[in-house]
Amino acid sequence: MATTEPTTTAPEAAATDVALDVRGLQKTYGGQGRSVEAIRELSFSVPRGQLTCIVGPSGAGKTTLLRCIAGLLDVTAGEIVLDGERVTGPPRGMAVVFQEYGRSLFPWMTVQQNVERPLIERRVPKAERRRVVADALAAVGLGDSGEAHPWQLSGGMQQRVAIARAVAYEPTVLIMDEPFAAVDAQTRADLEDLVRDLWHRLGVTVLFVTHDIDESVYLGQRVLVLSNRPTVLLEDVTVDLPDERDQLGTRGTHRFAELRGHVYELIQRAKAGHRPEDDAGPAS
Amino acid sequence: MTARILRRVGYTAGLPAVLVALWWVASAGSDSFFWPPLRTIVATFPDTWLTGRLGEDVLPSVLRLLAGYLLALVLGVALGVPIGLHRRVRAFAEPTLEFFRAIPPPVLVPVIALFAGYTGSASKVVTIAIGCLWPVLLNTVEGVRAVDEVLVDTARCYHLRRRSQLVHLTLRGSSPQIAAGARQALSIGVILMVISELFGADRGLGASIVQFQRSFAIPQMWTGIILLGVLGFLLSLIFRLVEHRALAWYRGLRDANRGA
Repeated sequence: MATTEPTTTAPEAAATDVALDVRGLQKTYGGQGRSVEAIRELSFSVPRGQLTCIVGPSGAGKTTLLRCIAGLLDVTAGEIVLDGERVTGPPRGMAVVFQEYGRSLFPWMTVQQNVERPLIERRVPKAERRRVVADALAAVGLGDSGEAHPWQLSGGMQQRVAIARAVAYEPTVLIMDEPFAAVDAQTRADLEDLVRDLWHRLGVTVLFVTHDIDESVYLGQRVLVLSNRPTVLLEDVTVDLPDERDQLGTRGTHRFAELRGHVYELIQRAKAGHRPEDDAGPAS
Repeated sequence: MTARILRRVGYTAGLPAVLVALWWVASAGSDSFFWPPLRTIVATFPDTWLTGRLGEDVLPSVLRLLAGYLLALVLGVALGVPIGLHRRVRAFAEPTLEFFRAIPPPVLVPVIALFAGYTGSASKVVTIAIGCLWPVLLNTVEGVRAVDEVLVDTARCYHLRRRSQLVHLTLRGSSPQIAAGARQALSIGVILMVISELFGADRGLGASIVQFQRSFAIPQMWTGIILLGVLGFLLSLIFRLVEHRALAWYRGLRDANRGA
């Protein structure tokens, strides 16, 4: 948790246009005389309202990064600032959609109760709560499944419930950890469009972690490519595709193919162990 | 629908019916003193139990069983939750728990009687509670430990308050395992209900059976054993009904996972 940079007073001024700021993040897992360096150094900031994707080869510490940002894991050094406040535990203004949809919904609650629970905890009045929950379920296309239990729904629908819960929570930053890794390809395309649609409508800042290169380019305004372990930022790719995207048209454009090819190449190099410092000097 | 229900009843009641019939036929001509005909036993039943014993022997026994059992449930869950939640508490308490669990509860009956008295209800309730405690406690610990960590993270991210985490996450999440422990505890409880009355008790279902046996009232002794069996069966039936309602989600989830 120790930080050496005297930057703790700065965020107030920048709070208006930067939703999330990751500064000099390091994470080393310590255990019985053996320590594993998961994240060596990561710094990036996400402007308010941006949809940022994070990709990296498997084992790149994507989940570690995300758990640090979500306040579920202590950082070894550096800091994470959300809405001008340093993250020391799960922040109030953040909602998370986990990869394991089947395990992140409460199986003993109905769909509606799952979406409503965080609002009850925040003491939102009942009438307003009901309205927000109904709106959120309608927004993800589950308006009439409120009484069902999560396990009665398909995988894609369960992930929609998790998204509805996050949306109803009205977060500043929505974090999604490989949310569609476990659903089939067609459902996945639908859910990708759902995320774009919700992002447009709600103006929320989205941080979307994925291992799927196509998905990252299709969804994001920007793609952060991570190296393999210990993780550093390999490249910050700006996705200059038009804002209006559709599964067939966008994926067929020349620019999409270029961007996709570029990210693909970066990931291949990351897998082979390439690191940015290799460009400067010999690898250790 | 009715055909299905009939078939289910047939499946459930079939074997007991066959066994009772076998007993009835095989014992019909018996003139053995220790194996009276089932007809005689059934005929003895009303006179033995319905003339006051139900209220003065059976009811107090059942009440003691329920008191001890509920005490064990409350204590077991109340102790099991903190032990399951905190690794340190677990490391601290587990060896001791394993030791006490290894002691067969009937052995404790004379010891408990020394402190709580031979004849009163207290020693019996305590005996039942101690015997029922272990399955509830140990299953609660395991159940709490096994609550899905993704759900725990979810609860933290969405800021469930302490009380809500306890009720909506920890207790609900471990309820299938707690129920498994409670089911084991119930059968142990019935056994201890009887055993606790074997030492220096003059009233109670178990005490009555022993008195019948000692006074060579053999058909009466058999009626007591049958009554005991019926009682155990009814208790587990009630348990299953409650469990069926409370854990409907768990069965659905399990079936859904199996189908996938």
